Amino acid sequence: MPLVACHDCDLLCQIGEVPEGGAAYCVRCGCVLRKKQRNSIERTLALTMAASVLFAVANVFPFLSFEMRGRVTETTLATGVFDLWEQGVPEIAVLVGFTAVFAPFAQLALLLYVLLPVHLGRVPWQMSRMFRLLRRIQPWSMMEVFLVGILVAVTKLVDMASVLPGLALWAFGALIVVLAGAMASLDPEAVWERLEVRR
Amino acid sequence: MKYARCHDCGLLTRLPAHGAHGVVCPRCGADVHERKPQSLERTWAWLIAAVICYLPANLLPIMKITSLGRAQADTIMSGVVYLLLHGMWPLAVVVFTASVFVPLLKLAILLTLLISVHRGSSWRPVDRTRLYRITEAIGRWSMVDIFVVTILVALVRLGNLATVEAQTGAVFFGAVVVLTMLAAESFDPRLIWDRSEARNT
Repeated sequence: MPLVACHDCDLLCQIGEVPEGGAAYCVRCGCVLRKKQRNSIERTLALTMAASVLFAVANVFPFLSFEMRGRVTETTLATGVFDLWEQGVPEIAVLVGFTAVFAPFAQLALLLYVLLPVHLGRVPWQMSRMFRLLRRIQPWSMMEVFLVGILVAVTKLVDMASVLPGLALWAFGALIVVLAGAMASLDPEAVWERLEVRR
Repeated sequence: MKYARCHDCGLLTRLPAHGAHGVVCPRCGADVHERKPQSLERTWAWLIAAVICYLPANLLPIMKITSLGRAQADTIMSGVVYLLLHGMWPLAVVVFTASVFVPLLKLAILLTLLISVHRGSSWRPVDRTRLYRITEAIGRWSMVDIFVVTILVALVRLGNLATVEAQTGAVFFGAVVVLTMLAAESFDPRLIWDRSEARNT
């Protein structure tokens, strides 16, 4: 039986065969030791591809338009970041650009970069470095938090003027669900196992 | 015999007699450490920086709303009060939780964990590990207010009619969120167990 160390408390545990869709937990602290997903690689890949399309739509089209006394302004993610930069708060512009645009983009790109070759039975170049980067960038990808931000902003504005949801807003909503699904079905251990079989 | 878990891919590696120094994970090629290097020092550094930024983040205005010649500066707290006064209490609860409660809770939990590890406490390690997991999971939600400012700035730019400007408070608030996330990432929860194990044996 394979020996693993718990991520949170370092207890050495022996885990038997984990059934598909099942999980093994640390007996001492309750941390997940191994979670096995059915068709993890293919499922994650499919969801990532769907998420990439939604991501493109969410970034190209405006997500809100604002109308006050006949004057209309629209905003996309990029113009929001750009306006902050122009206003002299580059720190926040960088922070928002990183967490709402760059990190989700990098997350999707790295997932595709690793999973597509693995699915086709190849080992991607610099695979472990890219996989590590994915794990490190993941906490900084905050699309779902951004959606709550949109909700709060809209509620503050409805008193002043009329706010209309744009196409990107719907793409955003769908993207968050699909991306969460992709990350939930990703089983890094399965990726490593498949690569070991190839060697 | 000693083993160490790879930080990156989770593979268990048997360590040579001299310890983990210079050992590389055979599966993913990452440097193997028994614990996150300088975990306590790093966590203290990020945490102290976050505490320093916490006061200006809450006292200084995060944005200035100018509408038809009237200017109004909003702090984090006045934003919550505004939502409450306009009868949008579910949203007020969300913003209060994300912007006021979560950052304070994170600072308090990390401080408690650091002090308990320094004192070699063996007090309820399971619950302390759980507290750590909570800190890791909730930190990102404090970004809500930063995103609200961004969206308002981008949408409300109608010259004399209405404009929204971001203010210094938002920079400090963003810093608190980033610094506490980095502090949580630097902390190694296994330190909780090391000390309590040493005491039991």
